[in-house]
Amino acid sequence: MIPAPIAPQLIAPQWLLAMAALPVAAINWHSFFFLLFAALACGFAVAVVAATNVVRMALYLVLSLAATAGLFLLAGAEFVGAMQLMIYVGGTLVLLVFGVMLTAQAPFVSIATSGGDRVMAGVVGLALLGALLLASLSVPAWRAPASGSLAEPAATPLGMAFVGVRVDGPAAGTPEAAVRPGYLLPFEIVSVHLLVVLVGAAYLARAKRRKTQRAIDVAASVEPPASVAEHAAIGRGQVGSGSVLSGGPVLTGGPR
Amino acid sequence: MIGAFAASPLFGFLITEPVSVAHYLVVGAIMFTAGVACMATKRNALGVLMGIELVLNGANVNFVAFASPYLAGDGARSLGLDGQAIAVFVIVLAAAEAAVALAITLNFYNNHATVDVDRADDLKG
Amino acid sequence: MVEFLTNTVGLSGLLAWTIAAIVSAVLVLNVIAGGALAFIWAERKVSARIQDRLGPTRTGGRFGWLQSVADGIKLLAKEDLMPEGADGLLFRLAPYVSFCASFCAFIALPFAFDVVGQRLNVAVFFVVAVLGLEVFGVILAGYASASKWSLFGAMREAAQVVSYEVPLGMCVVVPVMLAGSMDMVTIAEKQAGWFWNWYLFHDPFTFVVFWVYVTCAVASVNRAPFDLAEAESELVAGFHTEYSGLRWSYFFMAEYGSMFLVSAMAAVLFLGGWNGPIPLATLLGLSEGTGDTAPYAVRLLGLVNLVGKASLGVIIMMWIRWTLPRLRIDQVMTTCLKYCTPIAAVMFAGAMLWKITLPGGLMPGVGRPGGEIREGWLEGPGGRAAAKPVAEGEKLARANREVTP
Repeated sequence: MIPAPIAPQLIAPQWLLAMAALPVAAINWHSFFFLLFAALACGFAVAVVAATNVVRMALYLVLSLAATAGLFLLAGAEFVGAMQLMIYVGGTLVLLVFGVMLTAQAPFVSIATSGGDRVMAGVVGLALLGALLLASLSVPAWRAPASGSLAEPAATPLGMAFVGVRVDGPAAGTPEAAVRPGYLLPFEIVSVHLLVVLVGAAYLARAKRRKTQRAIDVAASVEPPASVAEHAAIGRGQVGSGSVLSGGPVLTGGPR
Repeated sequence: MIGAFAASPLFGFLITEPVSVAHYLVVGAIMFTAGVACMATKRNALGVLMGIELVLNGANVNFVAFASPYLAGDGARSLGLDGQAIAVFVIVLAAAEAAVALAITLNFYNNHATVDVDRADDLKG
Repeated sequence: MVEFLTNTVGLSGLLAWTIAAIVSAVLVLNVIAGGALAFIWAERKVSARIQDRLGPTRTGGRFGWLQSVADGIKLLAKEDLMPEGADGLLFRLAPYVSFCASFCAFIALPFAFDVVGQRLNVAVFFVVAVLGLEVFGVILAGYASASKWSLFGAMREAAQVVSYEVPLGMCVVVPVMLAGSMDMVTIAEKQAGWFWNWYLFHDPFTFVVFWVYVTCAVASVNRAPFDLAEAESELVAGFHTEYSGLRWSYFFMAEYGSMFLVSAMAAVLFLGGWNGPIPLATLLGLSEGTGDTAPYAVRLLGLVNLVGKASLGVIIMMWIRWTLPRLRIDQVMTTCLKYCTPIAAVMFAGAMLWKITLPGGLMPGVGRPGGEIREGWLEGPGGRAAAKPVAEGEKLARANREVTP
C-alpha cells in the first residue's frame, strides 16, 4: 500500500512519514503487538539455542517466555498469560540460581558443543521447522483472519471450570453439556501430583554428606585435570585461585 | 533497511490485517524447533532442561491459539475453555517436571561433579 | 486523549497514538522517578527523626527539599565503573531489567476510577507475577559483577523472594475471594463508602491477613528487617556492590517503585483503594454529576486518596526499617514458612467460612455493597449458561455440534 522505491538519503524521514501517515483505522493494533511479541519470542528462543553461557541462556529463555505471555494476553487468555509469567518465571528463576551454583567454576560456565553436532542439529531442526510450517499453513480454516472479539473475559469461567462448574458452552440439560464436564478431577490430580513431585524432588536433592569424598574421586577420574585441582581445593576448604567465582556457593562440601 | 521493511507490502499486510490461527502456529513451530535443537545440541543438563521448557511452551502457544475467542470467534473452530485449561495444566506440569529434573541434575552433580550430560554414561554396557 | 489529539489538535492517526502512549508512559515513569526522589528525601528525614537527628537541612531551604536532586546530579556525574572480570552485557542489562519489572507492574495498577494504564481482568495476579520479575535483575547483577559479595547477596535475595511469594499470594487471594474478581478496579469499587466497608475491617480474618500481607510485602521488596540481600555489615552492599553512578540509581528507583507498588496494592486490596475513609465525593454530591468537571474532581480526589495511602505505607516501611534489627537468614525462613504461610492459610479458610455463614456481615443494616454471592455461581452446572437468552444458547449448542462430529 506504500510505494516501494525509496531514495537512500531519505530513508529515515520517509519511513517515519509513511508510518505516521498510516491512518489509525488501517493499522490493526492487535496485529502490530502480535508482531512485536512474536518477534521477541522467536528471536530469544533462537538466542537460547545460540548462546553457550548458561546464565545468558536462562536470561534469553525468560525473555522469550515473557514475550509468549504477551502473546497469550493478546489471544484473550489473560489467566494463562499471568500464570505463565508467575510459574515459568519462578521456575526459570530457580533454574537460573542452579545454573549459577552448579556452574560457578569457570570450566563449567560454557560446555561447548562440537561443530558436527551443531550442523546436524541445524539440518534436522530446519527440516522439522519446514514440516511444522507446512502443516500449520496447509489448513485454509486456520488461515482465516480473526473474526471474534475479546470482550468476554475468560478468567472467571476458567476458574469455575477448575472447580467443576462449566459456565460457558452449551446450556445445562443438553447432551452437549453432559460431555463437557469441568476440570475438578484433573485439577485435584495435578495438585496431588505437584505435592508428590515436591516431596520427591526434596528427597532426590537432599544433602548426602558422606558421598562428597567419592564425588571428588569420581571427578578426579573422569574430568580433565585442569579443573579438578581447583575443585578439590575448594572441597578441602581452601580458596580457589583460578576463578573469581570459585568462592561462591559450592555444593560439594569438604569431608566431614 | 528498516524503512524498506516498514514500507514493504508484506509488512503493511501484516500490520493492517487481523492475525489468524496460522500466525500463532508459526510462532509455536519456531519455538518448538528451537527447543528441540536446544535439547539436541546442549551438553549442559540445564541447557537441555531449557530446551524442554521451550518445547512445552511452543505447544502451549498452539493450545492457546486454538482456544482463543478472538482468533476463532464463531465457536465452531474454537477449543474454547478446554484449550486454556490444557495450557494451564501444561504449565503446572512443566513446573513439576523442572523440579524433578533439577533434583536429578543436582544429584548427578553431587556424584560426578559436572553437569555435562555426555558424562552420564555409567549404565553404558 | 487520542480523540483529543486527532480532533482538536488535528494530528494524523499513528502520530496521535504514539504521542498518547508516550505521554502515558512518561506519566508513570515520573510517578516512579519523582516518587523515588521524594521518598529518598523522606527516608533521610524519617531516619533522622527516629535517630534524634535533623537530617538534611541546607540544600534547598530549611528542610533540605533539594537534597535528592543534588544526589541525583552527583550520581549522573559519577564515573560508571565495571569490574574487569564482569560479564559486560549482563552487567549493563541488569539495572534495566529490575527497573522495567517495577515499571511494568504499574501498568495494571489503578490510581483512581478510570485512571489505570490497562484495566486487566487478572490485574492482581499480573502485578504479583511481574513484581517477581524484579529479582531477575538482582540475580543477573549479582552474577555478572564477578564478586563474591554480589553473588551471595543475589542468592539470598532469590531464595527469599521465591519463598515469600507463597504467603504473599495467599494473602492477596483473600480480598480477591471477597470481591469475587481479580480486577483491581472492581475490588476497590466493592469497598466504596465509609471506612468500615474496607476489607481490612470486613472480618477478623482479613484484619489478621492484612498484617501478614504487610510482613510479606516488606520481605518481598527486600526492605529491612528483611534486607539480607544487601546486608552491609556482612556483604559490603550485597548485589549492587560493584555498581556506581546512574546504574546504581536504577536499582534504587526500582526498589522505591516496588515499595510504592506493594503499598498501593495494600491500599487497593485492604484499605478501600481510592475510596477515602469518609465518602467525601458522595457527601459533596460530586459523584451525582453536578457539572462537567465533577468526574475529574472525583478522580482527583481518588488519586489523592490512593497516593496518600500508598505514601503512608512507604513511610511505615521506613519506620520499620529504622526501628527493627536485621534478621538472620534462618529467622527469615522461619518467619515465612512457620508463621506467615500457615497463618495466611488459616485466615484464608476463616474468611471463606465467614463469607459463607455471614454474607451480610455482623451489621447487615449498615450495608456493604459487595456482600452478596455473585449470581449464578452456586447454581450447579450450566447455571449461568441456562440463564442466557435461548437464542444464544442455541447458537452455542449448534456451534458445538459442528465441532464434535
